[in-house]
Amino acid sequence: MNKTVLLGTLAASALLAGFASAGTLDDVKARGELICGVNTGLTGFGAPDANGNYQGFDVAVCKAVAAAVLGDPNKVKYVPTTGETRFTALASGEVDMLARNSTWTFSRDNDLKLDFVAVNYYDGQGFMVHKDLGVSSAKELDGATICIQTGTTTELNLADFFKANNIGYTPVTVADDSEAQRQYLAGACDSFTTDASGLAAVRATMPDAENHIILPEIISKEPLGPVVRHGDNNWGDVVRWSYYALVAAEEKGITQANIEEVAASTQDPEVKRILGLEGDLGAMMGLDKEWAKRAIAASGNYGEIFAATIGEGTSIGLARGLNALYTQGGLQYAPPFR
Amino acid sequence: MAYVASAPKEPFRLSMLVYDTRYRSYTIQIVVLFLFLAFLAWLLNNTIENLAAKDKDINFSFLFQRAGYDIDQQLIPYTNDSTHGRALFVGLFNTLIVAFFGCILATIIGVFAGVLRLSGNWVVARLMTLYVETFRNIPLLLWIILAFVIFSETAPAPRDFRVTDEMVAAGEAPSAHKILFDSIAFTNRGMNIPRPYLDHPLGSINVLDVPINLSGLAVLALIAIGMWVNGRLLGHAKAVQEETGIRPVTWWKSLVVLFVPVIVLLFALGLHWEIPELKGFNFQGGINVAHSFTALLIAISLYTGAFIAEAVRAGILAISRGQTEAAFALGLRPGRTMRLVILPQALRVIIPPLISQYLNLTKNTTLGMAISYLDLKGTLGGITLNQTGRELECMLLMMAIYLVLSLIIASGMNVFNTAMKLKER
Repeated sequence: MNKTVLLGTLAASALLAGFASAGTLDDVKARGELICGVNTGLTGFGAPDANGNYQGFDVAVCKAVAAAVLGDPNKVKYVPTTGETRFTALASGEVDMLARNSTWTFSRDNDLKLDFVAVNYYDGQGFMVHKDLGVSSAKELDGATICIQTGTTTELNLADFFKANNIGYTPVTVADDSEAQRQYLAGACDSFTTDASGLAAVRATMPDAENHIILPEIISKEPLGPVVRHGDNNWGDVVRWSYYALVAAEEKGITQANIEEVAASTQDPEVKRILGLEGDLGAMMGLDKEWAKRAIAASGNYGEIFAATIGEGTSIGLARGLNALYTQGGLQYAPPFR
Repeated sequence: MAYVASAPKEPFRLSMLVYDTRYRSYTIQIVVLFLFLAFLAWLLNNTIENLAAKDKDINFSFLFQRAGYDIDQQLIPYTNDSTHGRALFVGLFNTLIVAFFGCILATIIGVFAGVLRLSGNWVVARLMTLYVETFRNIPLLLWIILAFVIFSETAPAPRDFRVTDEMVAAGEAPSAHKILFDSIAFTNRGMNIPRPYLDHPLGSINVLDVPINLSGLAVLALIAIGMWVNGRLLGHAKAVQEETGIRPVTWWKSLVVLFVPVIVLLFALGLHWEIPELKGFNFQGGINVAHSFTALLIAISLYTGAFIAEAVRAGILAISRGQTEAAFALGLRPGRTMRLVILPQALRVIIPPLISQYLNLTKNTTLGMAISYLDLKGTLGGITLNQTGRELECMLLMMAIYLVLSLIIASGMNVFNTAMKLKER
């Protein structure tokens, strides 16, 4: 009899586990809060501001999703994750989604059972050095000591780059950006390597930013984007389209400021569909009609978010480059809303 | 059913399993065992089911795939083309070398501090108390980070050692110099020490893909032989002393036996030293000892040393005061009393806690990850785990390795303990 009870418990727990992972969208709605995995602190992309509230380019995606699903961009609980812990936190269900400059790779997509829903920043790995070093190209770094953040794709790119150029280096493997920055500033390494956007963000926080240069070589492709667990396609669609709503809004000229005005006056059928004035796109993925309108109203469209967090007007000063809209020579492009 | 036969009068009834004290303990034990096994089975089943739900399996084949990352400190040859399995061993050896030197250093520090804490010199005793209490009561992680930050923030950068043509023309000296006859470079990245280099090496053989240096083995063998012969010499001297009361002079024989063969061999092999030189960004040549290693070793030895000092103090205090007084009455000086009378007896009390301190030290090496020391936790449990996403496999493997390591240390020390134990006749 004992055995039956045991088997019954096992079956029940297995079923419960099955239910728990069935629908992240329902979980989030029931909880009334989105749990978003973010960076422990990368200025401009995801870092707490002076009041302790997370702000940044990646964080804006969390806000857009929360606004679309829950109707309030502030109903987000931010869980800081390091390069090492992020995917485990996502896979174990500790967070609903990651918006944390993570590179989309084949093995992460397939072997780690993750889904990268979109690319919100097209990046590449670069090197930062002190001006005094007198280095103008990464290929001159033969024999240098280089700080790398562990658990990232940069670690492997770095090994490949030096091997391809037949030069040597000494790796110093550090756990997160702030420790890398400390060691780099203390001179424990000649160069610090990570995604070029990350380098710009780190440099912006340095007291003597003008003494550090980012070398011209970009040694890898780093498509960064929000990540969800593999297998929950509905939730993946919600995150993906919440993001694309931001890009589409930039394409259509909808901004945080003029969104009500556009909604009242627009004659463009696609804008009407996005803003929920026509058709019922939201219902197709289990949301209401105005989901995209709220997502856009949360922190503005893609271009506005970029300009406000990491753009040329900020201390980070990143150009749009590859991340401009496709109409302006970039790669950002939203699939049609229909 | 042996126990049924041992209860001859009453026939066995099922209810006796609960009500008869003779059988009740069996019943309880069987039930507990069953519950425990059921719990284990549930854990295992839960893991397998949840892995299956995530479409993951338990698979160790990643150990044979290309690692793709580089490791700074490697005791066995390794490149980024090596496998994850080899990276595991590189990490394991890095763990072992810190643990090995850490245990030796901690023991030396601990014995000194423990003995001196009982010293009659008030200042020395208080200083040792201060050392023990500060190190014991502050987390090891902080000590490790502190040691590392001190090294990396205060030492000069490699470029401070550079002598440019303009500086020679202007008659200026660089702001930093190599120490110890211009042989050791102490920079904010590490310490470059001279490497012994042989003109006519004996070559090396590969065992399981790990090259074994024959010249090194020959030197070690000569040292071992020298120590054995020296032991025989001293034994003979002792025998002569006990027979005649006169101890023959042995010191120069010992020196000859211990050092001359090794020196001759090294001379024959053409030993000279490769001095580190500043080339490009860093010092090249010589052996590079990274600060992560030094900081971890120093912090972990000082920390564990504080605990060992307490064990040593306890051991000494456990020896009755009469022993010291008896030794003094025989005319032994305090130093010899400690060495010849007290410590040998105290060892019996010291060794058991020492074993657990060695185990703690070995396991604490994992904290090296805070200062980028790539030990087993850094390679297998850090980069390999991250790059392959095989959390469960890496963790299980790492736990198994640390378990085996600890069991080996414990059994080795237990053998030592048995040898030292009070022989009762």
